[in-house]
Amino acid sequence: MAAIIAFGRYLPERRLGNEELANIAGCDEDWIFPASGIEERRVARADESIVDMGVAAGLDCMARVFTVKSGLPKPGLIVVSSGSGENRFPGPAAEIGLRLGFAGVPAIDLPLASAGGLFGISLGAGLAQVYGDVLVIATEKMSAPAMAEPVDRNTAILFGDGAGACWITATTTETAAGLKILDSALHSDGTWAGDLRLGLTGPVQMNGLSVILQASRKLPSAIGEVLLRHGIPASSVEAFLVHQANQNLIDRVAKALGVPGERFYSNIRTYGNTSSASMLIAASEWFEAAKLQVGDTVCFAAFGAGFHWGAVLARFEA
Amino acid sequence: MNRQERITEVVKRVSQQEVAPDAEESLFDSGYLDSFALTDMVTEIEKEFGISIPDSDLSPRRFETVAKIATYLDNHIS
Repeated sequence: MAAIIAFGRYLPERRLGNEELANIAGCDEDWIFPASGIEERRVARADESIVDMGVAAGLDCMARVFTVKSGLPKPGLIVVSSGSGENRFPGPAAEIGLRLGFAGVPAIDLPLASAGGLFGISLGAGLAQVYGDVLVIATEKMSAPAMAEPVDRNTAILFGDGAGACWITATTTETAAGLKILDSALHSDGTWAGDLRLGLTGPVQMNGLSVILQASRKLPSAIGEVLLRHGIPASSVEAFLVHQANQNLIDRVAKALGVPGERFYSNIRTYGNTSSASMLIAASEWFEAAKLQVGDTVCFAAFGAGFHWGAVLARFEA
Repeated sequence: MNRQERITEVVKRVSQQEVAPDAEESLFDSGYLDSFALTDMVTEIEKEFGISIPDSDLSPRRFETVAKIATYLDNHIS
């Protein structure tokens, strides 16, 4: 078993509001919020890379590890998710590891886009038994490809930049308080590979009808899958930490599961959709403010390009 | 009502429009359904006809017109 003992995040300073974005995307400002639940998103500087943001999120996470676990945090493995990498290869994992002071530590890339953070947690939990502590980072600079010419207003309004991280440790008697990973359900199906994709040059290509249709069914299904295996009703889950794709989709998933929308932590209004980083950024904010009781259950879930989707079930233990 | 008329009623209900679409009219291009309403319509079709449509069959184009939906149902309801 493994547990997440800390989260971290980084958001660029620049805020891009709907009024400014409407001018770029050539759409009505008043259409954006009802269609997405987004009022503004963060945009990285031109000279700010996915590696820069990943390092910042990793450092934030490590600073929090310091507060809950003795000794200098050093991972046995680094997992980095990004669907917006600047290079065909190498991915950002090795450079992020180097800049965090972990040259020589194995670092692997997951170019999965939106479901990358979730897959990172699940794989990290399994690999922690072999490698020891695992640092999972998801870092995305989606604003540039989302607004590349020819601008598609349906995708341009959604995306923002940022990075999230979490620290996974193998469960031992000395393990600090954290979210013990109980189970995960990961799925992939290339049938719809062409319905959400980003080529070597932008823009993002999205068949919104297909994406929403599949996500609306697969997210509740994956969440139900892990809950059913543990006999946990959705109504008793303390919080759902899901990919911040679109507020309307998040509301729909909550409704499908029959739980109040407030149980689904949401920050999409201020950050937009940061692809694979979004779930870890949301988890970082939520974990910082949550007053958890031992035994509280938490469910992560994500859906994204591929399609890849799934859910991870965790329980708070001290 | 025949099957096509029942589908049309589902589309009108989900889209909250009083005017029925033509059988061959694109429900997407004509503004009857956006991505979220399409999801609702599939759910309502399942309820109306007592079937479960597998995710693998959920291509938006398959549900683009009333006629296409009727064809799909003809092939999946005995």
